[in-house]
Amino acid sequence: MALPQAKLDATETRLAAMALPSGGAWITAARDAALARVREMGLPGRRDEYWKFTRPDTLVEPQAPKAALFSHDEGMPFDDMDRVRVVFVDGVFDAAASDDLTAAGIEIERLETAAAQDIHWARDLYGVLEEKGQYPVMRPLAALNTAYATDGVVIRVTGKAEKPVSLIYRHASETSDAILHHVIKLEEGAELTVLENGPAAARFNKVMEVEVADNAKFHHVRTQGRDHERRAATHIFARLGTESVFKSFTMTVNGVLTRNECVIELTGDDAVAHVAGAALGDGDFHHDDTVFITHDAVNCESRQVFKKVLRNGATGVFQGKILVQPGAQKTDGYQISQSLLLDDDSNFLAKPELEIYADDVACSHGSTTGAIDEDMLFYLRARGVPLKKAQDLLVLAFLAEAVEEIEDEPLRDHITIRLQGWLERHSH
Amino acid sequence: MLEIKNLHVQLEEEDKKILKGVDLVVEPGKVHAIMGPNGSGKSTLSYVLSGRDGYEVTDGTATLDGEDLLEMEPEERAAAGLFLAFQYPVEIPGVGNMTFLRTAVNAQRKARGQEEMSSTEFLKVIREKAKELKIDAEMLKRPVNVGFSGGEKKRNEILQMAMLEPRMCILDETDSGLDVDAMKLVSDGVNALRDAGRGFLVITHYQRLLNHIKPDVVHIMSDGRIVKTGGPELALEVEENGYADILGEVA
Repeated sequence: MALPQAKLDATETRLAAMALPSGGAWITAARDAALARVREMGLPGRRDEYWKFTRPDTLVEPQAPKAALFSHDEGMPFDDMDRVRVVFVDGVFDAAASDDLTAAGIEIERLETAAAQDIHWARDLYGVLEEKGQYPVMRPLAALNTAYATDGVVIRVTGKAEKPVSLIYRHASETSDAILHHVIKLEEGAELTVLENGPAAARFNKVMEVEVADNAKFHHVRTQGRDHERRAATHIFARLGTESVFKSFTMTVNGVLTRNECVIELTGDDAVAHVAGAALGDGDFHHDDTVFITHDAVNCESRQVFKKVLRNGATGVFQGKILVQPGAQKTDGYQISQSLLLDDDSNFLAKPELEIYADDVACSHGSTTGAIDEDMLFYLRARGVPLKKAQDLLVLAFLAEAVEEIEDEPLRDHITIRLQGWLERHSH
Repeated sequence: MLEIKNLHVQLEEEDKKILKGVDLVVEPGKVHAIMGPNGSGKSTLSYVLSGRDGYEVTDGTATLDGEDLLEMEPEERAAAGLFLAFQYPVEIPGVGNMTFLRTAVNAQRKARGQEEMSSTEFLKVIREKAKELKIDAEMLKRPVNVGFSGGEKKRNEILQMAMLEPRMCILDETDSGLDVDAMKLVSDGVNALRDAGRGFLVITHYQRLLNHIKPDVVHIMSDGRIVKTGGPELALEVEENGYADILGEVA
């Protein structure tokens, strides 16, 4: 089907402003194929149903809009943790700022190193999970990423990784336009935690493809904060094997435009996938969580828990879907998206979806929007807790269900403290 | 200590007068009880004193140790030493009971210019007081009042009172929903707090609570006014003859 002229023009204008990176044979083939996908789908436009609540214009236009660098004296996330640091500055790997990757105890290398080799395990994943995730809903920005990503890491874990891998994205130029693509493979029984933080660039397009083999466990904790003017479109594509576990949590504060897509396919029986998010938005904050979980095996469990606190005209979006394929019996699917609106100017737009083709499943979903409970507020104040502190306590309590999805207790406490810090810096 | 003069209150949303000239003085070390039929304005009095929204004071004053309560925010009243044990304690999912209490204790200390309590000291004190009220460690860890039985909620109110050590305690229908054993626990908790410097205002519909918490003065409230004041014998009179007799007598 031919693309509408406007979409075709927007797509070609963007592509004309970019150059395909060079690499070995396998990655060149993957990039070419991805480019063909972009041309076939066209980049997102504001009339696309999947972008009904979030305007993609600034993510698509050739030039990244400027984003001022912002700093405050609060320490960076995960600073006090023992981890393998992998630093990118405006989307470019910074070896000097990173830890020695050869000493990490796991297989971890730069994308371009893997791309230069004739044979590499990453070939079977790079762009493969992304392509699979294009159906039944198109995600053209992810295909654009596969075609044009200039950097990233590929990680393979066979046992239990000793330390988390911490991907740190620094933003140094007001006009940087970064595209990163990571590929992560957890072999049978492997365990890995990946941390992500930092504003990355003025505009950031990131894809993470994760293969979680049988009995493997993948944990992901991400913070998105600081530079408010940054724009980001991120995708996670994950494929889960038998009895594997995938748990991802994202904390988002600040940001004029963030779209986080998470596409998960449960392909092995008894697999577990949890995706959660806690977002705090103030003013011209726009945050979009778009999740698509496909159950394609028996007795799998999936949970989506998304909480947003919005004020001064901030906007939160949730598009979440559970698709249960024929034969995916005993599926246990749960989805909740809730917003706490601290004033009348803020917006929460939610589109929860269930599509079920098996008859022996338990799926539930709910979405609510509300204000701070006056009775709770009065109860706290009547005990001497000042208004602002009482509101903060109730905001944290509201977010707790999402934060509790983080399994690791020190990480969970760390995130709670950061959320508290943000609340203390922002007056109601 | 607590002085209420000619207090007139109506609902903010509608033109409905609830309190129509309440006069009351509670002295330090004394327990005053307010009894009265449903709808007489007893609970409204407790809410207005503690600063709940939705009420408009049209006339009169309420002071605590000479300070104007009605001008203060609810948290300022608490820091000044006022405590309301709620008739219906609120459930707060996601806020741990212990976190809540520690925040409250330290916020009040801070407001009074006192040093905050360290977590070790706090733990020691709360464990002691919780034990007396038969509140186990599990209940302290749970979110505030979530999943608590009626009796557990009321015991939790008294624990908060014991931790915050207010000067003036208002108990709003603390006996409602309590069985005999729970009533005894709660009353023992209250009685343990009685001392020469602390005043109590016990609001109740029934006399039975007053068997456990012995009042010095009993007031009968009706239609937004205190219509009769007497000693503990007044409560027994209500128990025996109901409110109708007394109200008929004053009318």
